[in-house]
Amino acid sequence: MNKENVIVVNGLTKSFGDFVAVDHISFEVSKGEIFGFLGANGAGKTTAMRMLCGLSTPTSGKAMVAGFDVFREAEKIKQNIGYMSQKFSLYEDLTIKENIQFYGGIYGLTKKQIQEKTDYLVAHLHLQNHQNSLVKSLPLGWKQKLAFSVAIVHDPAIVFLDEPTGGVDPVTRREFWELIYDASERGITVFVTTHYMDEAEYCHRVSIMVDGRIEALDTPKGLKKTYDSVSMDEVFLKLARKAVRGE
Amino acid sequence: MAKYNSNNMSAVIVENIIKKYRVEKTEVTALKGVSFEVAKGELFGIVGPDGAGKTSLFRVLTTLLLAESGNATIEGHDVVKDYKIIRKKLGYMPGRFSLYQDLTVEENLTFFATIFNTSIEENYDLIKDIYQQIEPFKDRRAGKLSGGMKQKLALCCALIHKPSVLLLDEPTTGVDAVSRKEFWDMLQRLKLQGITILVSTPYMDEASMCDRVALLQEGKILAIDKPAQINQQFQDPLWAVQASNMYALLKVMKQWEAVASCYSFGEYYHVVMKSENAGASAINEYLVERQFQEIEVKKIDANIEDSFMALMNTAHE
Repeated sequence: MNKENVIVVNGLTKSFGDFVAVDHISFEVSKGEIFGFLGANGAGKTTAMRMLCGLSTPTSGKAMVAGFDVFREAEKIKQNIGYMSQKFSLYEDLTIKENIQFYGGIYGLTKKQIQEKTDYLVAHLHLQNHQNSLVKSLPLGWKQKLAFSVAIVHDPAIVFLDEPTGGVDPVTRREFWELIYDASERGITVFVTTHYMDEAEYCHRVSIMVDGRIEALDTPKGLKKTYDSVSMDEVFLKLARKAVRGE
Repeated sequence: MAKYNSNNMSAVIVENIIKKYRVEKTEVTALKGVSFEVAKGELFGIVGPDGAGKTSLFRVLTTLLLAESGNATIEGHDVVKDYKIIRKKLGYMPGRFSLYQDLTVEENLTFFATIFNTSIEENYDLIKDIYQQIEPFKDRRAGKLSGGMKQKLALCCALIHKPSVLLLDEPTTGVDAVSRKEFWDMLQRLKLQGITILVSTPYMDEASMCDRVALLQEGKILAIDKPAQINQQFQDPLWAVQASNMYALLKVMKQWEAVASCYSFGEYYHVVMKSENAGASAINEYLVERQFQEIEVKKIDANIEDSFMALMNTAHE
């Protein structure tokens, strides 16, 4: 493999008492790849993602994220990734401009860089007339697009997206994916979870977790072939129905 | 107020409901004159994204919120005047988990049964199918249940007094594809028992599980009909287009002046051309000229998401 890997995971495991939430998972994600991380509720996605973001220490195994070790260099990882979820995104009582400035500051950008980023994002998202509006006054779709842009304001190696498009209208949901493609073209690796199976088709590769293990990992085309299915929805149902453990 | 000629077959009648909120100094109109009827025994879906007004509508119908204007009745009872009667007839599952976290599964269910002067035993038949799936955990506190189990318990609690109308506000939000399918199977079985079900969802694909749906966007209904009928009203020819480099293809299609709209749908883009004369061969030729490989263009029927987006765009014009 000549592509640069930005995530390398080997036998990564997390137990809570007797319960093995994440059970020896191994995979690699390359630079600029859009990697879909799927699984039923309770399959272990969130626990795995928290370990990769440096928020939870694994029980055993190995993982390097953006060149840093999840055991020893969790703080370094946090500085080199972006994160966004449906629940946590922006500060509602700050304006659009203030949110960009705040996150730019947190990620250690210089004043000049923050100014440039603010101008670029406001123009790129067509928010010129709203940059001084409070985020809470924005429609949900705009918020989510802005939240994604803010999550990558520091041009991180990887951005983790946890169900970023839940509840968003269908047009905005597609515009959101265009932002993902755009980030990927710029070399940012995108690690994304979703409950929309059509979105799984937009990923370069998709992994499906069942009961703490990665049960399948391939391109959408490859998965559909292996599981003799016409859609990712069908692939997912065939695999996820095998789950024994509850959530 | 015009006297409404009530239709005996309608379980729910909603007439021109307007609901406004004040958020600090600005006024937000959550429902901009919504009207529809749900027949007795019907499984009726309110489909729309977050912020469309789904929860406001459900709160007006469950007598928890007063509308600025308009009327609504549940089985002939007015949501304002007859709220006491309505609360006995309705089963309601709010979007946010609203059971007692510190009570066990069984205690929650007993509590709701007692409030309605009934018992678990009396209406066990109605919930049996669903309750059996969580019964092994009946001594577990509700707060310690997984998302899917909470959802099943909430449904049992909403059903325990044998309501004739069931209102479910986004029961499948955040739930994975497998659990969503199971939940809809449960609703189909409840429907067989004659319960009228009004359910909201942000997932467009769930529209096909309903007898009829209202598509809701920004407080307005875009369309009300059987899902198949809504899709038949999509008038323009629709093309599914695919090529080896999908992102490059998207950029090209979006810049091509002959394209009216281009949206991604799984492994294809769904494309509407401005002119009906521009069909598969025109698209194919254009892409061949631009060196695309593995091009596929085929005519397809619109699905509910195609219809929703087309209606959204018309509403904005």
